[in-house]
Amino acid sequence: MRILAQVGRVTNDFFEYAGGVTLLTAESLGFMVRLRIRVAETVSQCALLGVQSLVIVMLTSLFTGMVISLESAQQAVAYGFSSFVGGAVAYGAVRELGPMLTAVVVAGRVGAAIAAEIGSMVVTEQVEALRSMGLEPSRFLVVPRLLALLLMLPLLTIFADVVSILGGAWVAREYAHIPYHEFIQSVRQAIDFSDVVKGLLKTFVFATIIVMVGSYQGLSTRGGAAGVGQSTTFSVVLAIILIFMSNFVLSLVLFGGR
Amino acid sequence: MNSNGRSLIARVDGVSLSFGDRIVLKNCSLDIVEGAITCVIGLSGAGKSTILRLLDGLLVPGEGHIYVLGRDLCHLSEEQINVMRQKIGLSFQFAALLDSLSVGDNVALPLREHTKLSHAEIRQTVFDALDSVGLAHAYDDLPAELSGGMLKRAGFARAIVTRPALVLYDEPTTGLDPIVSKLITETILKLRSKLNGTAVVISHDLPSIFMMADYIAMLFEGAIIAYDTADRIRNSSNPIVQQFLQGSETGPIQI
Repeated sequence: MRILAQVGRVTNDFFEYAGGVTLLTAESLGFMVRLRIRVAETVSQCALLGVQSLVIVMLTSLFTGMVISLESAQQAVAYGFSSFVGGAVAYGAVRELGPMLTAVVVAGRVGAAIAAEIGSMVVTEQVEALRSMGLEPSRFLVVPRLLALLLMLPLLTIFADVVSILGGAWVAREYAHIPYHEFIQSVRQAIDFSDVVKGLLKTFVFATIIVMVGSYQGLSTRGGAAGVGQSTTFSVVLAIILIFMSNFVLSLVLFGGR
Repeated sequence: MNSNGRSLIARVDGVSLSFGDRIVLKNCSLDIVEGAITCVIGLSGAGKSTILRLLDGLLVPGEGHIYVLGRDLCHLSEEQINVMRQKIGLSFQFAALLDSLSVGDNVALPLREHTKLSHAEIRQTVFDALDSVGLAHAYDDLPAELSGGMLKRAGFARAIVTRPALVLYDEPTTGLDPIVSKLITETILKLRSKLNGTAVVISHDLPSIFMMADYIAMLFEGAIIAYDTADRIRNSSNPIVQQFLQGSETGPIQI
């Protein structure tokens, strides 16, 4: 009976959480559709969530592109497939690693910041103060962050794609003596514009996951500083898991296993 | 609303509320007389702040009704309650100013969101509200730069800037020294005169309460056990009220 009760409790918690995140997302999207947007706050969030993530995203993408190139280039040259190295790097970067790695890095930085900031506002009654003034916390806190990341994550991903390909090209030339023009030619043959667009489409889903999980977790914070810490950790872990899961589904849908 | 010849601005009517297994209010009723300052006293954790949150529609009772300005908050949608909240000011125990905004921007927030006043008009209204609590000089300061007493007064300014009909003060003098506590109490009295409005104050600070209260209600074990004018409460024969007022360890209140 205790096991059944526990299963029931876990199931109940899961649906309560999923329902809560869904309602918050629907409410936030509703404000966006009705253009009830705080423009100045959104611009400020673009700088905080997007621009300030640029360096870390570029560094992780650069080294990821470089390591893929390093692993593949020398083997490819040894077997006479050097003309495929650029394609391998670009294919992985544009369709999978660029969007997903950028989202994971941003989830670690931004998701944690959102959960911590909103969580701190909850425990210091600032969110309740907003409600007492007749202001909706979702419009005031969630919408600017959601809109900002929906704008900034695709841009960050474009930077990540470009940087990882450039890093890969440099490593391919330095360690496998593959000239730049051959690398770029390989990139052009391997990917087309639709791959880039489909890769960027994923980022809208990832941005929504990062902001909504962070915001919901922040708004659900209870129990002072310890609660803020728990919310922050949980939001990052959950967002990263959901990014990996949704990436698989999106790849299946968008690329159809091609 | 009218009760015993007094015009009521709000009424807590037979409210019961629990948080999980913990019963906070049990068939609790309280009249808020228009134009008066009603102080709610009671032990720590008795549910006094809960009454304020019910009056502001931040909590919904399990049973009973909350009437404010003639409307039952229990039967209003969130959007309708948001409209009602523009007529109710709530000052939080720790001010709850948004720490990312300056004091002026905090006070301006309800005006920017709910009115069509021009930038200059909002600035002047905010300046007046801050001036009425003696903080005009702190317009551009961040909340983190203010002392505890200044924070509370900034919270008052935000609560009254829309000139609400009902102002709710949650523990306005808690944690302050006697001099600042007196200043805060005088500020509440001044604001009541200025707004010609009604206030509900939650407090433990007896000197402050007797300085400002027109009516005092004592909350004990989830219900209002005594409610009367300040003088009558001071001379109440109720042993629970007397034990609380005297701060005695012996009596019907078990610590």
